[in-house]
Amino acid sequence: MALFDALLELADDHLVLGHRVSEWCGYAPMLEEDLAMPNMALDVIGTARSLYDYAGKVEGTGRDEDDLAYLRGEREYRNLLLVERPNEDFAHTMLRQLYFAAFMHPYWTAALTSQDETIQGIAGKAVKEMAYHIRHAGEWVVRLGDGTEESARRMADAVQSLSIYVGELFEEGAAEEVDVLPSRAAVRDEWLATVQRVFDEAGLTFEDSKFPQTGGRSGIHGEGLGHMLAEMQSVHRAHPGATW
Amino acid sequence: MSGEVPLWEVFIRPRNGLAHKHVGSLHATDEVMALQAARDVYTRRGEGNSIWVVASSAITASDPDQAGENFEPGEKIYRHPTFYEIPDEVGHM
Repeated sequence: MALFDALLELADDHLVLGHRVSEWCGYAPMLEEDLAMPNMALDVIGTARSLYDYAGKVEGTGRDEDDLAYLRGEREYRNLLLVERPNEDFAHTMLRQLYFAAFMHPYWTAALTSQDETIQGIAGKAVKEMAYHIRHAGEWVVRLGDGTEESARRMADAVQSLSIYVGELFEEGAAEEVDVLPSRAAVRDEWLATVQRVFDEAGLTFEDSKFPQTGGRSGIHGEGLGHMLAEMQSVHRAHPGATW
Repeated sequence: MSGEVPLWEVFIRPRNGLAHKHVGSLHATDEVMALQAARDVYTRRGEGNSIWVVASSAITASDPDQAGENFEPGEKIYRHPTFYEIPDEVGHM
């Protein structure tokens, strides 16, 4: 079951982040960004679907992607605390995206040589998407960090408030016993190099938090996740198995 | 916000060997963001393999009031290359 649990952790990360980013749909400050954000949301939701689908097959009890996404409660979700953080403002949203993509890009790159063909396939598609998310979110972080007085203040606030969620990215979690998935801890150097490169240009400083928050991998979440899941799951729970 | 953000013209090349073709415009703060936005707005369905963006303000356009003198050549049929005998050896041109 270690592989099932590890796939679920990854899938939950992608679905929760995808739903958060999708909350911007219709609210982005300009049309161009209103297309870019749902594009990014759909990228990670697409990856989540592949991972849930595979997890369901690995589990072998007949649960499909919808069962796994819509019929588990908050305590059963295994996502990182970082990805469930509320959107707040553009600075928080883009920094969260940069942190996640800067992690997933080297992670999926390592997974390209996995012995597991399904994981290889998922990684092959995701690696290009994550490279784009790093670029898109990174450009915004630079412009906000090195922009007006207000944008710089908001960006610095985002760095401050998200810093405690960074450490959890590199926790091995359920994947520790699974040799077809890459090590999370091994990704740290590359993550830091990507973030450092963006921060240098943005005039921001990255500092590791002395008091990192963890718990997402064991189902201990912030209060925002329950609200988010309630909304995300409401249609499926009201109309089980509905399609359109 | 869009009022303060400059406008850019977007050109896409559908495939190698063809010319970049104007596909529309968008708002972006600078050329790098304009390229990003063009990727999201105009190339989501595999429309091309190369993008150009040009600041709309950099384009000099013809004056619609001069359309008459510019674009109505009148009876100058000699401007059409239809008065030349093409030797058979040339084949199709």
